[in-house]
Amino acid sequence: MIQAIAFYLFASMMILSGVFTIFARNPVHSVLWLICAFFNAAGLMVLVGAEFIAMLLVIVYVGAVAVLFLFVVMMLDIDFAELRAGFIRNAPLGLVLAVVLFAELFVGILVRSAGDLHIGKAVTASATPAGLSNTAAIGALLYTRYLFEFEAAGMILLVAMIGAIVLTHRERGDTRGQNVSKQVARRPEDATVNVRPEVGKGVQL
Amino acid sequence: MTPFFVARGLPFGWAWGLSTVLEILLIAFPVMLAVAIVIYFDRKIWAAMALRKGPNVVGPFGILQSFADGLKVFLQETIIPAAANKALFLIAPIITFTVALLAWAVLPFAKGVMLADINVGLLYILAISSLGVYGIVIAGWASNSKYPFFSAMRASAQMISYEVSIGFILICVVLWAGSFNLGAIVEAQRGFGFGFINGFWCSPLLFPVWVMFLISSMAETQRAPFDLTEAESELVAGYQTEYSSMAFALYWLGEYANVLLMCALNATLFWGGYLPPVNWWPLYYIPGLVWLMVKILFGFFVFSWVKATVPRYRYDQLMRLGWKIFLPLSLLFVFLISGYLMLTGHFA
Repeated sequence: MIQAIAFYLFASMMILSGVFTIFARNPVHSVLWLICAFFNAAGLMVLVGAEFIAMLLVIVYVGAVAVLFLFVVMMLDIDFAELRAGFIRNAPLGLVLAVVLFAELFVGILVRSAGDLHIGKAVTASATPAGLSNTAAIGALLYTRYLFEFEAAGMILLVAMIGAIVLTHRERGDTRGQNVSKQVARRPEDATVNVRPEVGKGVQL
Repeated sequence: MTPFFVARGLPFGWAWGLSTVLEILLIAFPVMLAVAIVIYFDRKIWAAMALRKGPNVVGPFGILQSFADGLKVFLQETIIPAAANKALFLIAPIITFTVALLAWAVLPFAKGVMLADINVGLLYILAISSLGVYGIVIAGWASNSKYPFFSAMRASAQMISYEVSIGFILICVVLWAGSFNLGAIVEAQRGFGFGFINGFWCSPLLFPVWVMFLISSMAETQRAPFDLTEAESELVAGYQTEYSSMAFALYWLGEYANVLLMCALNATLFWGGYLPPVNWWPLYYIPGLVWLMVKILFGFFVFSWVKATVPRYRYDQLMRLGWKIFLPLSLLFVFLISGYLMLTGHFA
């Protein structure tokens, strides 16, 4: 029974947070509601026994992605009235998107109920190794059957990351960065001279 | 505690609920009390290193100073700035404080003694500590004032940067222990060094990792020398500038609870947790909780020591240390350690 209560709590909170994400007037509030939705999704994952995925959801989405969202949105200077004016104009587009997403979800559930998904060669055994903990099972699958897909995803992410750095990086030329090893290697003898100038004479440096 | 209540005639569901609530209180209250003591401890160490006396008026040796401060703060008026976002302004300190207490649930206090014996314990701690930044960011934004806002921006960048290297450092420990469960990690350290020393620190591969973890945890909890979010010479009091009374006190408590948690993690992951320092039978007569507390307090002493002696980092230095030094180094150590473990047949 307590599972049912927890499920309905997480599920209803998640849907409510989703609704508030859309309808909140302030974009920062929207992001915070989105974080609430992520959190409840993690709760649902724990309920179905996928605790590894739940923790990763919190670490990656709540701990990193949403912080960056918040970071950007916080600094926006937005006229709220102007934002709301576009709502009616963009509503049909939003509806189309919603219908497409719902159809995809529906098809996904149909495919899932039709049987296991196999990429590449046909495999007869069940996808989940029995008798392993969640984390070990995911690791065993990722690094054996789905190794190529996993590495390919990693490469794509690496390329995207390097691309983002290359596109946004610019040499400014007028900044003087700190060279720590040079500073540490500098000895007092290189930097200072001990002189005893005669009276009435200056010092040549 | 559940079997105790079941034996007293309660149905299992009620017994489980009651014992869980009691266990939560049994952890949360001592942690809060420890925070009060540790604030006194911190001020005393800091004073001693500056050749001052520190708190010495309230109670014997000033030991009740934190409680007097708590009472004073409790009686003060809560001031909410007129232009602040009221709800978020009040929620932010609550988030910080709650998150600081949440992570203690998976920490083993003795063999098998922990609130939640889950097999993703370390990931849970990582997840919870990544939530800590929200208390600060929300405070900075909701205060609607420039210094808290600067502080919030610094905090979000700082905490994300150091979480990356902490993640890799934890992976090194997990690789060696073969589990995410903190209890299993402590047990993996029993007799780790030559069958005699309890703790991962004595391995030449894990000792540098421990040093990186110590420094990263200082950055993660925003303690000196990485306390740029509340650098008083630049930002008044950072994200706490607009806070007063209990909301301010919640930040203080949360900050020290986080520091204690990092010390506890340090003790659990590298110094053998509740195990005695060496694997010698008479030492096992002293309860594990005492060993854990000694190790936590020693870790906290190191934190205070650093705070009293090291000047504050500049912001670009902080980012350089996180991204250009710790990130490649911790990746290198993940590589080295997994290679070494493969070579010695650890995973076979």
